[in-house]
Amino acid sequence: MKRRDFLKTTLTTTLGSTAAVGISSQSVMARGNLKPAPDAVGMLYDSTLCVGCKACVSACKKTNNMPPVQAKNKKDTADFARDLSSKTLNVIKVYRNGNLAVKDRQINGFAFEKRSCMHCVDPGCVSVCPVTAMRHNPITGIVTYHADACIGCRNCMVGCPYNVPQFEYENPFGQIQKCQMCNQAGVEKIDKGGMTSCAEVCPTGATLFGSRKSLMAEAKKRMALKPGEVYNYPRGNLDKKPSHHEKEIPIYKKHIWGEKEAGGTNVLHISSIDFDKLGMPPLKDRSSASVAETVQHTLYQYMALPAVALAGLAFTVAKNSNNDKDNDNKGDKK
Amino acid sequence: MSTHKALPGRILSLPFLVFLSIFLVGMYFLMQRFVFGMGEVSNLNGGFSWGIWVVYDVVIGSALACGGYALAFTVYVFNKGKYHPLVRPAVLASLLGYGLAGFGAFFDMGRWWQFYNIFLPNNWNFNSVMLEVGLCVTAYIFVLALEFAPAFLEKIGAKGLLKVLNKLLFLIVALGILLPTMHQSSLGSLLIAMGHKVHPLWQSMHLQPLLALLTALIMGFSIVIFEGSFSAVGFKEKLQTHLFKNLSKVIIWLLLIFLVARFATIIFQGNISHLLSFDTNSLLFILETALFTVPLLILLSPANRSQGSRLLIAAVCMLLAGSLYRFNAFLFTLNPGVGYSYFPSAPEIMVTLGLISFEIMAYIVLVRTLPVLHHEKT
Ligand code: SF4
Ligand code: SF4
Ligand code: SF4
Repeated sequence: MKRRDFLKTTLTTTLGSTAAVGISSQSVMARGNLKPAPDAVGMLYDSTLCVGCKACVSACKKTNNMPPVQAKNKKDTADFARDLSSKTLNVIKVYRNGNLAVKDRQINGFAFEKRSCMHCVDPGCVSVCPVTAMRHNPITGIVTYHADACIGCRNCMVGCPYNVPQFEYENPFGQIQKCQMCNQAGVEKIDKGGMTSCAEVCPTGATLFGSRKSLMAEAKKRMALKPGEVYNYPRGNLDKKPSHHEKEIPIYKKHIWGEKEAGGTNVLHISSIDFDKLGMPPLKDRSSASVAETVQHTLYQYMALPAVALAGLAFTVAKNSNNDKDNDNKGDKK
Repeated sequence: MSTHKALPGRILSLPFLVFLSIFLVGMYFLMQRFVFGMGEVSNLNGGFSWGIWVVYDVVIGSALACGGYALAFTVYVFNKGKYHPLVRPAVLASLLGYGLAGFGAFFDMGRWWQFYNIFLPNNWNFNSVMLEVGLCVTAYIFVLALEFAPAFLEKIGAKGLLKVLNKLLFLIVALGILLPTMHQSSLGSLLIAMGHKVHPLWQSMHLQPLLALLTALIMGFSIVIFEGSFSAVGFKEKLQTHLFKNLSKVIIWLLLIFLVARFATIIFQGNISHLLSFDTNSLLFILETALFTVPLLILLSPANRSQGSRLLIAAVCMLLAGSLYRFNAFLFTLNPGVGYSYFPSAPEIMVTLGLISFEIMAYIVLVRTLPVLHHEKT
């Protein structure tokens, strides 16, 4: 083969196979989204029930030994956290529009929205972490963080669609912080048969604990209720004798956030406001993590492709080096 | 007859002292980072957890260090012996560039004191693109050190070791081609899991690894042209444009494939509207595309391909184009969500400039003390 042709063929083969893998992996070997664990636990946050008391924020800080974020004047003792941070794993945000006249109304209204780890069914943070410091419990579905393994590359932060994991930048020996559904080592409320601190203290049941299955059923039931009528809303742990209170049924958006988004989440949200207005990201049903893994595994399936490539390259190089030697001997004596 | 030899002249010069002072300022801030934490010196935040230390020092820095990769491809695999003279300077620049990319990744690690966790197999998450990047880049730094070792061994006259190394050279060079192909494409794959945060014009999903690999090769070949002219100036010789003519033809193909793949993806994904919106992102896209297109137009004319100055312009355009592509995708157009913004702090920039200065100083010292550059005696 002529050298020039050789150059062309090899370059084209390399690039061509990368492209082919990219395109073919779209369908052939796609891994698809992970499926919810059958006994996964989670929470249902009903924005229309939330009164913005932030009892859940305080309870979360107490469980995690985190200080309140102080107001500018430093006199107010309430927590003024505006967003998630390495000191705030659960936060209540406010949606505002126009004259703010009516709660849970998109135009000229306001609403509350909770932010904390969604405990994804197909978690990006777990997929991207090189050292398995983010772990997805196969039974509870809870996503936990393990500082002893973590190298602090912060890929989990960019890989989380909700910007949940937060690094302690101000600490020279910092770590990642995120909600671990009160099941982190030393707390283990769920393993002990309890519920999350935020659901425990919520006075209205806006944050409700339970199995993903029963929470999903509850959310679907609420979608089907007739606005204006009265419903007996559960509080606390949906699966373990919840207490109840009666409240008028609002007009829900027919959308359960977390049923499908990026493979779904174990923390579900329902609301009277469109979720993009509440700051939820524009997610497709297919999780980006599953696409990344599909591409990567197709390229590296059992390391076969790289191994074959190395053998081929080594052979070619060896052959060509010998040619070089011949040439050297002929013309390039020193 | 030809041979490698050290570049004559003094090491200490005015520019060298300027680089030295920038380096020292950078190291001062780097020390602060270790003592007070990353928040003290950087503007990183919850939405932008990768700043210029990752995106410039690692993602772009390693691509700028792909000269050794591009040349290894050409010289050994395709058996074009006539490119030999450029290998050593290119390998040296790659070694320095990759070494600093590795160091950049290290000091950017939030938990650097347990960096070794990534080398412990029981921790490995085989689904993680980052794992592949981390291990593969580390391995490649060792391979580059071995590729460069002959220059050092010649200097100290270790003939026995040189022989052993030459016997193994075929394996080392093969790895020197395989490893960058793997991790340079993976650097692109990192963007896939970032999903919606990456702007639609840069979120090519399945094609991320291909586009990243193409930019790595394009930038690698451009650096070779760049270093070739440096070497020519250093020895006060005529630029060996004939060496670059054939490289140019390869580059033309790479540029063409890149542009076609890029536009095909955008059309296929139905994102043309983003291109025509003429907001900051679409303007960045247009600038980037122009930087890829101008060198293509220059190189397509055979007359230009033998003119040193034109080649140099094309090379500079491509280096900027590839860097801008990666900057755009990872940082400039990234949108993690409302409420987050990032612009590097002065200390962050100084750390990066300090490391670039170090790279240049190390290059100067090494080409003046070791037989790196190729001298053609006639
Ligand atoms: S405790 Fe319940 S009602 Fe109070 S802010 Fe939290 S979710 Fe809303
Ligand atoms: S919300 Fe983010 S941190 Fe929580 S499980 Fe999902 S990807 Fe991980
Ligand atoms: S910062 Fe830690 S937990 Fe997050 S991806 Fe990196 S190693 Fe994993």
